[in-house]
Amino acid sequence: MADSTDVETLLDRMASDLQDHLRRAGIDDPLMVGIHTGGVWVAEALHRRLGLDTPLGTLSITFYRDDFTRIGLHPQVRPSHLPFALDDRHVVLVDDVLYTGRTVRAALNELFDYGRPASVKLAVLVTRPGRELPICADVSATGLELAPGEHVKLTGPEPLALVIQPA
Amino acid sequence: MRERDIQLDDQGRLRHFLTIEGLSREILTEILDYAENFTTVGHQPVKKVPLLRGRTIINLFFEVSTRTRTTFELAAKRLSADVLNINVSASSTAKGESLLDMLRNLEAMHCDMFVVRHASPGAAHFIARHVAPHVSVINGGDGSHAHPTQAMLDMFTIRRHKGDFTRLSVAIVGDIMHSRVARSQIHALNILGVPDVRVVGPETLIPVEAPQLGVHVYHDLAAGLDGVDVVIMLRLQRERMSRALLPSAHEYFQCYGLTPEKLACARPDAIVMHPGPINRGVEMDSAVADGPQSVILEQVTHGIAVRMAIMAMTLGRAGGEA
Repeated sequence: MADSTDVETLLDRMASDLQDHLRRAGIDDPLMVGIHTGGVWVAEALHRRLGLDTPLGTLSITFYRDDFTRIGLHPQVRPSHLPFALDDRHVVLVDDVLYTGRTVRAALNELFDYGRPASVKLAVLVTRPGRELPICADVSATGLELAPGEHVKLTGPEPLALVIQPA
Repeated sequence: MRERDIQLDDQGRLRHFLTIEGLSREILTEILDYAENFTTVGHQPVKKVPLLRGRTIINLFFEVSTRTRTTFELAAKRLSADVLNINVSASSTAKGESLLDMLRNLEAMHCDMFVVRHASPGAAHFIARHVAPHVSVINGGDGSHAHPTQAMLDMFTIRRHKGDFTRLSVAIVGDIMHSRVARSQIHALNILGVPDVRVVGPETLIPVEAPQLGVHVYHDLAAGLDGVDVVIMLRLQRERMSRALLPSAHEYFQCYGLTPEKLACARPDAIVMHPGPINRGVEMDSAVADGPQSVILEQVTHGIAVRMAIMAMTLGRAGGEA
């Protein structure tokens, strides 16, 4: 489906929407945190486009997932790395796809184990219907309607591409 | 063979952690990789992840221990498990209850894991053979047989400092005979592909079967340390010595104590490790124990992350098994 040029266009739009959103909210120095793995790629692209000074944070939600008792320990990714104090700062949480909302729930829990941010905004590349929790994105580049069982996945890091995996 | 199989479930995943023997390089590497992720938990303002919330872990210690018990307890608590510490020497065995009866009673309290330390080799295996299917057992040291979590935290410390195992020389110095730590370390180093594993000590403290374990035996400290990347000092296990195997602690130090001069035989960037507790002036000079090449306190910190990894892996098997 979307090839690499499309993703770059989506990222441009996402960066400009996010900038508008932050300006309207009166936030001029946000901390950006990407969720491993796709969310980190998107966050890196946004971080570059917005020219943020504070280094990018990364979250691995492996240890905060709600399906541990059902499917066990997940294959691991790199550790979380938040190279800043979160307290009283505005945080932009970034992921590639927002679907059930469970990943974002886990990420919020982990964030709050690092401190008490002033606010958290959610920016995602793709939303698809199917929320199981009261979570919605503040900024999203595009929406996708997929058949049940289909999955959308961001592949990368170079080039970034959105791939739909059939049911 | 049967004892090796008992550690893995029907899908080859770690169910119990009793000995390094028989485990694959993939499983040991997986433990080290998970531990790497868990190290960050100790740096969070809230030093806890919710992984084992609602699970109950019992530290069943038949032998005294401070460091091991404390790090197991902290590891379990940082995974949000509930932890009970049972010091058995002061408990029901004094009233004549059998080990199996005690196990049945503890299981009836719906615990999910036993961490066992015992003076008899094979104690953790025995318990693992008798627990309910959903219960995991971790060996926290059984006699002079094995201390696999200590070996893994040592491997973790070595990997952090030296990276690639397959180009290393490692010397283990001291009382190899009585050391469960040394036995587990030797197995782990071999499995991880360390080409040169040496044991250094007096003849009375090196088991005769040592060469069959895939190690090179040295009786001279300077020769044994020549060019090594890692020096592991062991504690003299006087409590396990039934005979007079040593002339005196002073004489032992003269021959096998690690001093800055002796350490100079190793590579300049060699690290010095010790499982603790240190007998200062017996195995090691304070100048070395507290010196720039010592990573002894790091080992303690790493022990928490490594034990978290093993607990999460054994209790986090998808769907469990019948």
